Amino acid sequence: MVKPVNIVDIATIIRSKNAKPFLFTMDIFFDNLGHYEKAVNSGVINKKLIAKMYHLEDENKAEIYNFAQAWAIKITIPRAVASGGIGDTDIYGAQQHAPLYSIKIPI
Amino acid sequence: MDEIRILTPNGSIGSGFSEELFEEGMKRNPHAIAVDAGSTDPGPYFLGKGRSISNKMMIKRDLEILLLARDKNNIPLLVGSACGPGTKSTLEWTINIVKEIAKEENLHFKLATITGDIDKEFLKNAVKQGKVRTFESDKALTVEEVDRATNIVAQMGVEPFMEALKSKPDVIIAGRAYDPAMMAALPIMNGFDEALAEHMGKILECGSMAAEPSSGFEPILGTIRKGYFLVEPMNPKSKCTPKSVADHSLYEECNPIKAGLPGGTLDLSQTVFEQTGRMTKVSGTKFVKDTYTVKVEGAAKVGYRTVFIAGVRDPIMISQIDYLIDGVTENTKAFFHDVAEDFQILLHVYGKNGVLGKVEYIKDAKIFELGLIGEVVAKTQELASTICGYLSHLSMHFDYPGCKATAGNLAMLYSPENIDAGEVFEFNIYHLLEVDSPTALFPISFEEI
Repeated sequence: MVKPVNIVDIATIIRSKNAKPFLFTMDIFFDNLGHYEKAVNSGVINKKLIAKMYHLEDENKAEIYNFAQAWAIKITIPRAVASGGIGDTDIYGAQQHAPLYSIKIPI
Repeated sequence: MDEIRILTPNGSIGSGFSEELFEEGMKRNPHAIAVDAGSTDPGPYFLGKGRSISNKMMIKRDLEILLLARDKNNIPLLVGSACGPGTKSTLEWTINIVKEIAKEENLHFKLATITGDIDKEFLKNAVKQGKVRTFESDKALTVEEVDRATNIVAQMGVEPFMEALKSKPDVIIAGRAYDPAMMAALPIMNGFDEALAEHMGKILECGSMAAEPSSGFEPILGTIRKGYFLVEPMNPKSKCTPKSVADHSLYEECNPIKAGLPGGTLDLSQTVFEQTGRMTKVSGTKFVKDTYTVKVEGAAKVGYRTVFIAGVRDPIMISQIDYLIDGVTENTKAFFHDVAEDFQILLHVYGKNGVLGKVEYIKDAKIFELGLIGEVVAKTQELASTICGYLSHLSMHFDYPGCKATAGNLAMLYSPENIDAGEVFEFNIYHLLEVDSPTALFPISFEEI
């Protein structure tokens, strides 16, 4: 039976960082190929979800990449404020992944 | 030559590395030591100010080990983005440290210096000629923005390093450079595949980050041969696995499969990672050539900052924190209305949404303590200091509905409570510049030390 599983239970790494000063990039590494494929095929992690989660005006500003060699999904979004600009609260972008913890994947 | 071995001590000089593990690397007889020394990661201040990210003692410690090792084995040392933003000022600062070490250790070598500062008039002309492309910042570059920047650099690719290497220098210290360029230059010069050399550089430039366990503070060795390269961490307890190396492809990159670099795109879609002992063998990476562009970075001054740091423990005030923030902000703006255009107020509430702001998704958590950081950015330090002083005093005594603690709202952390934090910069140039020659913007000079 398929049931929703907290992403944190099937991911080994969930992290964020600047991809240079104007972008945040977030990586979710799964614990095995099967869970990676289930996550990708479920379509749960999509542009609409990311746009809602990160308050993006245009969902096409969110880029999502599946990288099978690393069993990983990468999400890249524009920063609201460039790194270190007035009002930026995360210079390295190292804590922007937290909302991803709320994702559930049907397994 | 069947293979070229490149040793990288760590992810960035100035962050330290194990001398013992570096010695292990030197025992492999590398053909060159190559290392990165800078980044935009710590924000725009360093580029704007033209100041090193690391402290002198740390840079000197790392450089001394590298200069002595290079001297002993008589191999070149390549350092890029020295040290921090890679501006002329930080490059000169680094070279002074190099000379200081040479004097103390009685070392003699041929030094090549490559600068990467961009002339404003040159860049303005390029803007007018439509040679500057907008990419990640979403904002087209204007001549006004060029004028606003205090420092402008461009990331050099492998070509200036290759050009310098032709004159057989012992040490190359370069300004702002594309991180893998220092590692890729010698292999490409010796006829090895450009795509593999660049990809190897991308892995080496972070030290042993691509190993398991991962560490940017430990040395890594790259060996390039015909058709593939090998990466091996110098810590005997670590290994590079196909998974750890593939994982690293994602690090700080917006796209794990296609990475833009000076002169084209590195395509990892056909890359194969295989285990060989403690090493990982990498093959199949492709380089798709395109119009040659270099990334131009600039930072402009936006003012001066003063902050105060306080805690809030009173449960009634915690429940009224939004009321207090709106109230003190409005009141302060009204009091300083005659200089309204010259300052901004920001109040950060840690424990509520200090990190994520409007993106914060947890709204119903039980809060018993908050951290409050008041921030004023103004045209002058004196103005920032004055307004922040008013703001912190007002926040301390501001009345809110239901207030019972009439003697003060905040647990101030420091005396003085208002801390002048100095100049504030922003990245205002982050664009791609089309160039006719990959070397023309990066003059090389030589000196016998």
